[in-house]
Amino acid sequence: MPLIECGRIVSDPWQQLGDDAALPSGPCILSLSRLQQDEAVQNASHLGLGVALPVDQPAEVLAPYLERLALVAVNFPTFRDGRGFTQARSLREHLAFSGEIRATGNILPDQYAFLLRCGITTVEIKDGADPAAWQNEADRFSFTYQPSVLKEPVLSGLRRTIRFGVPRNTYSQLIGK
Amino acid sequence: MQADTIFPVGTYGYQQVDLDFLNERAAQFRDQVARRLSGDLSEDEFKPLRLMNGLYLQLHAYMLRVAIPYGVLSAAQLRRLARIARIYDRGYGHFTTRQNIQFNWIKLEGAPDILAELAEVGMHAIQTSGNCIRNITSDEFAGAAADELLDPRVHAEILRQWSTLHPEFSFLPRKFKFAISGSPHDRVAARFHDIGLIAKPGADGAVGFEVFAGGGLGRTPAIGMKLREWLPEHELLAYMEAILRVYNAYGRRDNLYKARIKILAQALGRDAFAEKVEAEFAAIPKERYRLGPEIVEAIRARFGQPHFDAPDDAPARLSDDRRRDHGFDLWVRTNSHPHRAAGYISVVISLKPNGGIPGDASAMQMDAIADLAERFSSGEIRVTHLQNLVLGHVRQDELYTLWQALGPLGLATPNRGLITDIVCCPGLDYCALANARSIPISQRISERFADVELQQQIGSLRINISGCINACGHHHNADIGILGVDKKGEEFFQLTFGGRGEEDAAIGQIIGTALPESEAVNVISRVIDTYLARRVQNERFRDTYRRLGATFFKEAAYAVN
Repeated sequence: MPLIECGRIVSDPWQQLGDDAALPSGPCILSLSRLQQDEAVQNASHLGLGVALPVDQPAEVLAPYLERLALVAVNFPTFRDGRGFTQARSLREHLAFSGEIRATGNILPDQYAFLLRCGITTVEIKDGADPAAWQNEADRFSFTYQPSVLKEPVLSGLRRTIRFGVPRNTYSQLIGK
Repeated sequence: MQADTIFPVGTYGYQQVDLDFLNERAAQFRDQVARRLSGDLSEDEFKPLRLMNGLYLQLHAYMLRVAIPYGVLSAAQLRRLARIARIYDRGYGHFTTRQNIQFNWIKLEGAPDILAELAEVGMHAIQTSGNCIRNITSDEFAGAAADELLDPRVHAEILRQWSTLHPEFSFLPRKFKFAISGSPHDRVAARFHDIGLIAKPGADGAVGFEVFAGGGLGRTPAIGMKLREWLPEHELLAYMEAILRVYNAYGRRDNLYKARIKILAQALGRDAFAEKVEAEFAAIPKERYRLGPEIVEAIRARFGQPHFDAPDDAPARLSDDRRRDHGFDLWVRTNSHPHRAAGYISVVISLKPNGGIPGDASAMQMDAIADLAERFSSGEIRVTHLQNLVLGHVRQDELYTLWQALGPLGLATPNRGLITDIVCCPGLDYCALANARSIPISQRISERFADVELQQQIGSLRINISGCINACGHHHNADIGILGVDKKGEEFFQLTFGGRGEEDAAIGQIIGTALPESEAVNVISRVIDTYLARRVQNERFRDTYRRLGATFFKEAAYAVN
């Protein structure tokens, strides 16, 4: 599936790994149960380890593994199920996770700014979906009325300036680190 | 509306950036409608997007619900609503129990134009439906009532802004309703909201909030749990974030009817629920979510203030007018509320004429009320959660002239707080969810008790009617609640008694079986007869009911001759 980052299609080096599949040499996304139970995985020294956080689990279950993780995938079973927003925000805000947070499942372009402002960096979109719709939504509003994990600069009162449109590559660039 | 000029009284004066935001939002919706009409969006995908803009698909047409934050309108805004009623609807609008207005005959193609028209006057339909934070409701006498400790509208505006397109809380398990009051006499039913706040002053000019959560009506009525006796102002947003986060993470999503926060709060119990909220609150970076006094003051500064200039003899002249005109006196007795400023008074414009549809106002009436608000009440109009309108700041010596102007408009019904001041949802005449028509039974009751003297004799009594279990008519917290039910394709009405919405909140009890419309009205008549026969001196209905008990009234009212 195409992957969107900062409104652009980017290449996806990550591989979904089944619970019984052998560890590859490249970066891979595991299930939470495999991450929790497979010592070989925990000790693997290859570059990238990612996990798919089940939608009904709090982000805090990942606390013991976060140092080893470069990616957390949060899932949206339907676009109406907003638990992934809170999971992502918890990862950033409570657990100080600075790796990639990927949104998977059913998401609409109209939700893109919300995803970014909760700390999600990449989104798996449907095959054939128009990336321009995502870019448009990222650029839709120039400010917002509440703080977020992106620590947007204060414009006035409760207002914060947001600007996602400029292509950036990583979360750390997005938050200006 | 022109930004950055003189601020409207009682509501927040938009800055140009706020107006730009509404225009961006209206443009986004125009896009979404175009994508729907072209087939790019399926109805299933479009639905949550239109609902985020208050557009419902009802039985006969689209319905657009426009937000009236904390129920306050400027005259210019009310005129714009009149214009929308005239051009895009059938010449009227319906004011709701959440202080909003609904237009019932909207075409999808016209909805983007309406949003653009609203944006011009600093209005919108953002989050008036959908599983997000809805319109923040408040006290209809805010900033005017003699008993108020603190005008809650500045904090209502802060909550409105904070909750607007909130990134984390726009796809909650279910809708989420806030109410905020600044008076110890709770006129907002704070304990019947997902979050209810009572703003109050503390020592040294500090501001804080009593916090209730998990209240609600609907299928499972619940009285809110008190989470905080005193939440300091600077922690308001952080604490609201904490409650919403716990709800978003743990609220049920498997069953639409068990998805409100009250179900989560009850499943956990007060202490465990409060513990989760406090744990989340403790983990939140306080500085990021801090509501500093400078922010509060900047927002407060954009609220226009009424100018008080009543002559010293204004109360005396009002007394003279009341003595001279009995009809006027009756109206003042029921439809006014004491004002904090000398020589001023607040008045309720009843939208409950004899036999009328509760909460409906025609475009002509809206225009006329806007004119009267400018002439008599600093250009400010409030919508009440009981579906009436209020002019908050009227000079006592001008009240008689105002009343004379309201009469020919059909807006001087002297029934506020009386048996015909009925709260009523749109029901099966419009609503896709309803089981029964709520409007006709409200009209029958209104006709039955039309006699003004009889209404005065019965005194304070609230009837609320909902056309289905979702309880938009708030039937649970009325002296007499009426719930429309479907019995094998027939419309029946289930009566409840003894509900209360204020500080002594209580949920009404069912005391007999559901009845057809005419029988239900007869039972209500017999209950009223019983009350009048058995009350002690000027005892209110609710007190007589409490004293004599449900069984007594059941035997009196449901007795088959």
